[in-house]
Amino acid sequence: MEKRIYMDHAATTELGARAKKAMEKFWINEFGNPSAIYKEGRKAKMAIESARAEIAKIIGALPEEIIFTAGGTESDNLAIFGVVGAVGLNCLPSSRLYPQAGSDAGSEGKQFKFHIITTKFEHHAVLNPCKFLEKNGVDVTYLDVGKEGIVNPEDVKKALRPNTVFISIMYANNEIGTIQPIAEISEAIKKFRKTNLETGFPLGNPVSKYPLFHTDACQAGGYLDLDVNKLGVDLMTINGSKIYGPKGIGILYARKGIKLQPMFYGGEQENKMRPGTENVPAIIGFAEALKISQKNKNKETKRLTGLRDHFIKRLTAEIPKTFLNGHSSKRLPNNINVSMLGIEGESVVLYLDKMGVACSTGSACASESLEPSHVIMALGKPHEYGHGSLRFTLGKANTKKDVDYVMKILPGIVKKLRNISAINI
Amino acid sequence: MKKVDTNQWYYSDKVKEHFFKPKNFIVREPKKGEFDAEGQVGNLMCGDIMKMWIKVAPKTEKIKALKWRTWGCATAIASTSVFSVMVTEKGGMKLEDALKITPNEIAARLGGMPPRKFHCSVLAHLAFRDAVKNYREKI
Repeated sequence: MEKRIYMDHAATTELGARAKKAMEKFWINEFGNPSAIYKEGRKAKMAIESARAEIAKIIGALPEEIIFTAGGTESDNLAIFGVVGAVGLNCLPSSRLYPQAGSDAGSEGKQFKFHIITTKFEHHAVLNPCKFLEKNGVDVTYLDVGKEGIVNPEDVKKALRPNTVFISIMYANNEIGTIQPIAEISEAIKKFRKTNLETGFPLGNPVSKYPLFHTDACQAGGYLDLDVNKLGVDLMTINGSKIYGPKGIGILYARKGIKLQPMFYGGEQENKMRPGTENVPAIIGFAEALKISQKNKNKETKRLTGLRDHFIKRLTAEIPKTFLNGHSSKRLPNNINVSMLGIEGESVVLYLDKMGVACSTGSACASESLEPSHVIMALGKPHEYGHGSLRFTLGKANTKKDVDYVMKILPGIVKKLRNISAINI
Repeated sequence: MKKVDTNQWYYSDKVKEHFFKPKNFIVREPKKGEFDAEGQVGNLMCGDIMKMWIKVAPKTEKIKALKWRTWGCATAIASTSVFSVMVTEKGGMKLEDALKITPNEIAARLGGMPPRKFHCSVLAHLAFRDAVKNYREKI
């Protein structure tokens, strides 16, 4: 078989051997529906409940705070539409809530307009739901992320308004790997909640829990601490396919007492928050993968940080006009993202692919939308940085030998493409 | 079930050929007077820039040479490369005939392209039109 070097672990990882093994018996032998009351059903129910308890323990949550979903995108959507939908349904603008609404004689009355905060470089699974809500009358603030790709907690503070109901800021960015100061941001939000009791949403409620704070932690599972209490988040997304677990499985952590409106209606699974027969094998595989990822995170972080820095050093030193995107140390240990000026990312990806290396680009040409990466653009860089961006995300199989192989072939590829390139920046 | 050939490349084999082994490109900006005219299309924002240089036989207006440089993706590089072959093969096309080559024909010669990449063949057509315009203004 052709030797391949896979360096796109932020896209997805392979299924780990132990996760695969843990899943095995649930395909054929223990296939029961967890909702059934006979033995097969009870066994399946027990299996998913022990997986739930295990996951809850890892992230410092209660088992009932874990909702199994079909992946990161679904968890993000459930967090956003779930929170906004619940406040929208339960507390529709009324004269009681907003006295001035009815008293504005002659006008239609001021509508209570909800406000949500997110960042310019969120994953599309967060950005696009926010854009949808924006089209439908919700105010949205998209925070800048600075030239290093890190949200400033002061900016979050400034963006908070009495009508802010929801904030979503990713834990680590999927393209440039920068790690966000989630705990600091959540402290600011908690302080704001206390001062917001009189004027904020819901009005005059002495126990206002709003605004709620969600983080998409899909990229963080293998390397960062996921303790929801340390992070201070109210909702958190994790998925299986980035942590050597199966695809099509994820969780939404939702702190007890949070009102969510489900996106689907059906049976009573997941406390009616996510009806449908549970994906038992995937749940078991996910729990196992999360357990292993979190157990190995310090060791793997140490190993990959060295490899990452070695890679970045060689890339920027040996290939002219190559620049690192995102903060050099406040980034995931497996993420390398550079812009190489004068060439276009898709071309490099296809050349590397031909030579046995898999990586990705934020170039417009490689995307369906033909827009350059919104993440690189959010850093305030010119378009050609987006078009010439290349992302390598390392994983447990990658070694220094792999990195050095890439560095053996990449300068030649870049040189060839620059030779025929019409621009020389 | 139809068997999926995983060895099949992302684009057509013709795009592959012209992307990995481009024809008629030059590795430096030409010297003044080396060609009869230059054409350019695209910008940094859209992510594709193509430059073409032509040498034309004065009386017959046959294209003696077409060289190019392209900043862009695989289909942009392949479109310019295959276009340069189309207009210079068999002794070279007349300018007015070469102008009649449509983006569709360029794409067809490449064995087809995904719809979202079709603009790459349009760019090759436009870069050439710009070169011919400059040529005619000059003479």
